[in-house]
Amino acid sequence: MSRIDVNKTYKLFIGGAFPRSESGRVYEIKGNNKKFIANPALASRKDLRDAVVAAKAAHSGWANATAFNRGQILYRVAEIMQGRSDQFIDEICALEGVTTKVAKVQVEEAIDTWVWYSGWCDKLSSVSGSLNQVSGPFYNFTTPEALGVVAIFAENKPSLLGVVRTLAPVIASGNSAVLIASESYPLPAITLSEVLATSDVPGGVVNILTGKITELAPWVGSHMEIDGVDVAGLSKKQEEELKLVGADNLKRIFRFSPTNHPERILSFMEQKTVWHPIGL
Amino acid sequence: MSSFEYANAPESKAIANIATSYGLFIGGKFVEPKKGKSFNTINPATEEILSKVGYADKLDIDLAVKSARTAFTKVWSKMPAKERGKYLYRIARILQERAREFAVVETLDNGKPIRESRDTDIPLAAAHFFYHAGWADKLDYAGLGSKPKPVGVVGQIIPWNFPLLMLAWKIAPALAAGNTVVLKPAETTPLTALLFAQVCQQAGLPDGVVNIVTGDGITGAALVNHSDINKIAFTGSTEVGKAIARSISSTKKSATLELGGKAANLVFDDAAIDEAIEGIVNGIFFNQGHVCCAGSRLLVQENVADEVLEKLKKRMSLIRVGDPMDKNTDLGAINSAEQLKRIQDISNTGDAEGASRWSPDCKLPSKGFWYPPTIFTGVSQSHRIARDEIFGPVLSVLTFRTPAEGIEKANNTMYGLSAGVWSDKGSKILWAAKQLKAGVIWSNTFNKFDPASPFGGYKESGWGREGGRHGLAGYLTSQVKESK
Amino acid sequence: MIIDGSESSLKKFLSDLPPVDQVGADSRAAMLATRSIKTTSKAWAIDMAISMVDLTTLEGADSAGKVKALCAKAVRPDPTDLAVPSVGAICVYNDMVKIARTELNSIGGKDIAVAAVATAFPSGRASIAVKKLDTQDAIDAGANEIDMVIDRGAFLSGRIGEVFEEIKIIKQLCGDQAHLKVILETGELVTYDNVRKASYLAMLAGADFIKTSTGKVAPAATAPVVLVMLEAVRDYFALTGKKIGVKPAGGIRTTKDAIKQLVLVNETAGPQWLNPALFRIGASALLNDLLMQRMKLRTGHYASANYVTMD
Repeated sequence: MSRIDVNKTYKLFIGGAFPRSESGRVYEIKGNNKKFIANPALASRKDLRDAVVAAKAAHSGWANATAFNRGQILYRVAEIMQGRSDQFIDEICALEGVTTKVAKVQVEEAIDTWVWYSGWCDKLSSVSGSLNQVSGPFYNFTTPEALGVVAIFAENKPSLLGVVRTLAPVIASGNSAVLIASESYPLPAITLSEVLATSDVPGGVVNILTGKITELAPWVGSHMEIDGVDVAGLSKKQEEELKLVGADNLKRIFRFSPTNHPERILSFMEQKTVWHPIGL
Repeated sequence: MSSFEYANAPESKAIANIATSYGLFIGGKFVEPKKGKSFNTINPATEEILSKVGYADKLDIDLAVKSARTAFTKVWSKMPAKERGKYLYRIARILQERAREFAVVETLDNGKPIRESRDTDIPLAAAHFFYHAGWADKLDYAGLGSKPKPVGVVGQIIPWNFPLLMLAWKIAPALAAGNTVVLKPAETTPLTALLFAQVCQQAGLPDGVVNIVTGDGITGAALVNHSDINKIAFTGSTEVGKAIARSISSTKKSATLELGGKAANLVFDDAAIDEAIEGIVNGIFFNQGHVCCAGSRLLVQENVADEVLEKLKKRMSLIRVGDPMDKNTDLGAINSAEQLKRIQDISNTGDAEGASRWSPDCKLPSKGFWYPPTIFTGVSQSHRIARDEIFGPVLSVLTFRTPAEGIEKANNTMYGLSAGVWSDKGSKILWAAKQLKAGVIWSNTFNKFDPASPFGGYKESGWGREGGRHGLAGYLTSQVKESK
Repeated sequence: MIIDGSESSLKKFLSDLPPVDQVGADSRAAMLATRSIKTTSKAWAIDMAISMVDLTTLEGADSAGKVKALCAKAVRPDPTDLAVPSVGAICVYNDMVKIARTELNSIGGKDIAVAAVATAFPSGRASIAVKKLDTQDAIDAGANEIDMVIDRGAFLSGRIGEVFEEIKIIKQLCGDQAHLKVILETGELVTYDNVRKASYLAMLAGADFIKTSTGKVAPAATAPVVLVMLEAVRDYFALTGKKIGVKPAGGIRTTKDAIKQLVLVNETAGPQWLNPALFRIGASALLNDLLMQRMKLRTGHYASANYVTMD
């Protein structure tokens, strides 16, 4: 008799731990071949609330770590992901119905995306900050600073790259993240959270929820503790609704084209300018 | 024991597998020098021979440069930038993995305390590779033009004071920018460079991208004068730096030079005194004073001079001089007999010219090269010990009355590498920073280095910067400077 | 005369003290923490640390039974090894002083001091009348040492004359019977400049010891704070010829922590301060870790908590 596999239970990732949804709900994910794969959690607004609390608590420590330290940790994520390539490839094949070759390219690009953003952590203010030549005996410098808690609606497909491409630039600068995975292709996001949990990423810096976008989006939009949102995984209409309600605390809301760019990091930062007299 | 005497706390040598001999590292392999010549490298704390290394002459240099050129043309310049960066990340990680081994070998070969190799040299070297690995595929954003190009093959010559760290300062940006290199470590400290060659092999770095050629000043000159080198990067004495500048004057070669210094460490009357004392001690006694940016002139505001000097002397008597392999040693061995003689000769002019010498009591070991931490008071600008770089644990103490006078004295030198400013008043610090003619200004701190922070000097302290965005410029073709 | 007793003279003196640079002080403390103390020096340090411990219990649930057990531990920290020195003192709330003193005297611990916390410990939030009574209670019960708290609210709002006066009053009550430790509660003072100023203020007002913390607030006895206080007693000695003691309390749990404190003393105030008359460590769990480390040095293998008594 052939061996029976031990199937994985997919839970949420909040505060560095893996809880089920407080609502107890799940939903079914079938593979591209219509076979059952898993019942990931169907996150509720309370799970979102808890995720934001965890993200807020983790933000200060993460933002105040040295840029070098953050860069090392993002690189470590890449190292651990590399070791687990096969697991991701299998998952993507089952979910998206693509060939191993295509899945492998996606996984490698995801790993290289972590490496790319890792190298940005300690170069942001060299490139985007400045010492400003004001007219007067003043030292005047501008330096970018992380925003706080950023919510992300990950791209739907590619299922793994769409998560990494939106997540890495948000946390590189010291923001913490609450990522809502693609509703139809959520599993790689959770497997990624296993990588994050073992890569020295402090608990709460990244929180990952799976569930219904239509249910969670309004709560993200209205949450006063969320400072920024990447709307990649939302429809145009959902984006507009979010912007309407997000205006209440002037959330910084953006949709980016699916490429890597330092602007994706800087968009979720604030530029601070400091003056100091020069004299005896 | 009637008092708290620290028992011997030796770091174990067992982790260091130093081979009895090493060849030159050319084209990804260790090869014997063509003429089969070699020379010894010793432990300056004990004078025992550590290993025998190859002596590279013109023929070997030629082989190395050819290897670097082939690697550049056929492999390195064609490789996608992000893959180039990944080699540098691998090197950084391997250095971190083998950190303890490198620290022990560095201390044995150089004479610096194991605490320094372990806590400063090696971690910073790894950090340099990590930092520059991130630039490899982001050069478009460095503010140096879009799609900047590497210069080609770079000849690099490094000093003996921070062997592995200086190697990292040279190789990391060069490779990140897309160049290949031929590097000559200092004659008295070749070992960590040769271990580094092994790291390149472990990282799978393509053959010829990095070549290590051990030798002496003649080897260095052969490298500088080789016709197929596009650029020279040199750290060492101002004298040799000028010789290099002359050598390349009729060529298309560019050069960056990190040369000598005679930095002023200015202590104002409103300084945080206890921390300033630490800064003074760190400024001149860190690494036995073998630091180009050492705070070798203390300029203390006259109205606090007595208090500062009294506290300084008390603090100096806590400096532990001795076995560099002991984890509690603060001041290690002088790197060579030659350097020791140089320190003695210049310091003796201090006595001869009328300054007052003071050292705490310390027991110096009988074998090896040693100099006690020393200060000279009653020094004026005209004394040799106030003008010449001693490159040893000797501090010249001068006073100033007003901030303007302090700045004038600080700037009154042909050097301009670094300076220190100690004051609790922010605007005064910024004012002093504005007036000082130095490439690196440390306020309320000293001897701080970071791969993200550009380092380099004004005037005869050299050309160009290393580290940070500015440090990349030296390894990329200028958008506008013509070379012949 | 350093000051003439007036608040303005005191304020001027304190504001003329040199500033402390936080990053510099942190870095000096961190460098001293890299000292590697092994073999003979480690053995010496462990025994010295044991003799400096103010073995402490300051809990609402303290009872006669608990305090008596602590006294036994203080006198004979390791019943299997009589070579282990006794601790420096017992530290308790003032209604436990009589019990402690009686117990110690009856089990061969008459040389171990009883220190009482006083002046509305730990908050210090009570009237001076209450604080005087509080202190007098402890004195009457036979306390040899009084660990008082300063009024941090007064200090932080600039009423340093009041802080000064309170210390003077309590010192008077102590008279010849008890030495006075003044707790600065450095965690609430926050800046190193405040720690420096409060240290001098306490010494000028008559403190025999300056103490970092009540142990009820974190951060407590961090290395840079102890460094700044050791610099203060060093410089005060140069100024006046008087040697004042230092007591870190709170957060010192392991032998490594304790040895780091001794290194700080050794290379800041100097070897003269390396004795229980001038340096104490307020701790409870630390003692057993010192004993386990002592066992390891003696036997060559790692010890277990099963082999040290819980109290």
